Amino acid sequence: MEDTALDGISLDYRKDILDIMDRARRGHLPSALSSVEIIRVLYEDVLRVDPQNPLWPDRDRFILSKGHGCLALYVALARKGFFPRQELYGFCEFGAMLGGHPEYMKAPGVEASTGSLGHGLSVGIGIALSARLDGRAFRTFALLSDGECDEGSVWEAAMCASKHRLTNLTAIVDYNKMQCYGETCEVMDLEPFAEKWRSFGFAVKEVDGHDVAGLGRVFRSVPFDAERPSVVICHTLKGKGIHSIEHNANWHHKSKISDEEMNTLYRELGAPR
Amino acid sequence: MRKACLSEIYGLAKRDERVLFFGSDLGSGTLSEFKREIPDRFFMEGIAEANIIGVMSGLAMNGKIPYLNAIAVFLTRRCYEQALLDAAMQNLKIRLIGSGGGLVYAPLGPTHIAFEDMALMRAIPNMTVVAPCDAEEMKRLMPLTLDYDGPMYIRLGKGGDPIVSPPEKPFVIGKAISVTEGKDALIVSTGIMLKEALDASYALKEKGISAAVLHMHTLKPIDAETLLKKASGAKAVVTVEEHSAVGGLGCAVAELILEAGLGSKKFKKLAIPDTYPNLYGSQELLLERYGLKSADITQAVLELLR
Repeated sequence: MEDTALDGISLDYRKDILDIMDRARRGHLPSALSSVEIIRVLYEDVLRVDPQNPLWPDRDRFILSKGHGCLALYVALARKGFFPRQELYGFCEFGAMLGGHPEYMKAPGVEASTGSLGHGLSVGIGIALSARLDGRAFRTFALLSDGECDEGSVWEAAMCASKHRLTNLTAIVDYNKMQCYGETCEVMDLEPFAEKWRSFGFAVKEVDGHDVAGLGRVFRSVPFDAERPSVVICHTLKGKGIHSIEHNANWHHKSKISDEEMNTLYRELGAPR
Repeated sequence: MRKACLSEIYGLAKRDERVLFFGSDLGSGTLSEFKREIPDRFFMEGIAEANIIGVMSGLAMNGKIPYLNAIAVFLTRRCYEQALLDAAMQNLKIRLIGSGGGLVYAPLGPTHIAFEDMALMRAIPNMTVVAPCDAEEMKRLMPLTLDYDGPMYIRLGKGGDPIVSPPEKPFVIGKAISVTEGKDALIVSTGIMLKEALDASYALKEKGISAAVLHMHTLKPIDAETLLKKASGAKAVVTVEEHSAVGGLGCAVAELILEAGLGSKKFKKLAIPDTYPNLYGSQELLLERYGLKSADITQAVLELLR
């Protein structure tokens, strides 16, 4: 994967995420940075949602199955106007709207409570089936992490989605090749990954997960097949945009981040603190 | 009991479009009429309980009312996190119907014996836990599940259990049924143990002891009001459940009695010991081994009153 350059909006997202972390001094920063372009493109360009009417029955659903990447989702929802920007800065505080993992019906725009991995695709199948039963045209997207695909329930869900030929369901995998302990190829190798999804009955496309134009083209072209559910494997870089934490297992989840570390993060992103 | 339950679900589905039926890998021909007549609301989704409960939750988020029938151990143990996080945390209306609650699958061993299912389900916030005593009571329960809020676990007995539920007493989820009155002792039972409790009360009567029997079909939310009213007037309280001694009816009743300041009350909990029931045989033989028959209840009451 090439080192895709970030445009102004992608940098703004990352600056917002750092601003949240500057107050909370905790969070799954690299996992959020890995998903920024995926989530940004969905909310800017793909999902039919109405922030003024977050429970509009015909809205498209986006499930962040990798709930630990919630900082990117929260920024997208605030930018879209689902809740006041001020809520971002209460992240993880006692009684706040936004916690370390997203909760359905607590933060407007959050479509499922996630945080334990291997749940979101199944819930997405249920939502997609409800659309079919009710004759509604909305689509459902679920973003999974690569490490999440270690969970057997993901593959139970994959079989189920393809059995029901859910063309209104798209799985997206943030394939940054890193999980908490280290590289996925060492902890639990997923390869041949695209082949796995194909053999489970999905129509597969692969894309550079930081290429805004490329992501838009792929997401706008779902379903990829008239009979099969779609999966987009997004090749990403964990920690994308801040050099010292890129592909660095020591940064998967951090708390008690020091002032000095915060300064480094801002400096490497090229944003003022 | 299972037959009555499934047939009720079919009836509910015919009159309410929100009702869906889910199975994992049930016996061939299960609800074949339902499948034939309403195929788009009949789901047989394979031996993948975790996925099934996630899928049901997604459907319930959009107004559907999915009913799942599977063997009790597999829909409590295997997919506990999905029941807790995907369904119950959102207070979604899903119905989990566990076949073979208690010692029903005795010959199949501990992998199939649901000895701790109610304790597991009870620990989940928002979850309602119901254990009817027979097929007639099941028929009274099921129509109420349509409008009752939140997730629900329903424990099924073996099938062909003797009919002991009093038809004249209304069934209300969360309201215990006073089956017989008595002033000397109170026997509290849940599920099919009602029959043993009643038999014990008849045996005690012959010995000149009047024991009230309270059927706590809903273990959660537990009917504290009725329980404490009955317990405060009794000299001794005995609980009986086809369930582990950890976290079931006896524990719930004991907590309520202590917290109500009735701590001096004589009390005995009859339950499956904290062990793996691996003796095979039959449900009946295990109930005897673990001291859950009417003679054991009678004995417990007599000892407490001695």
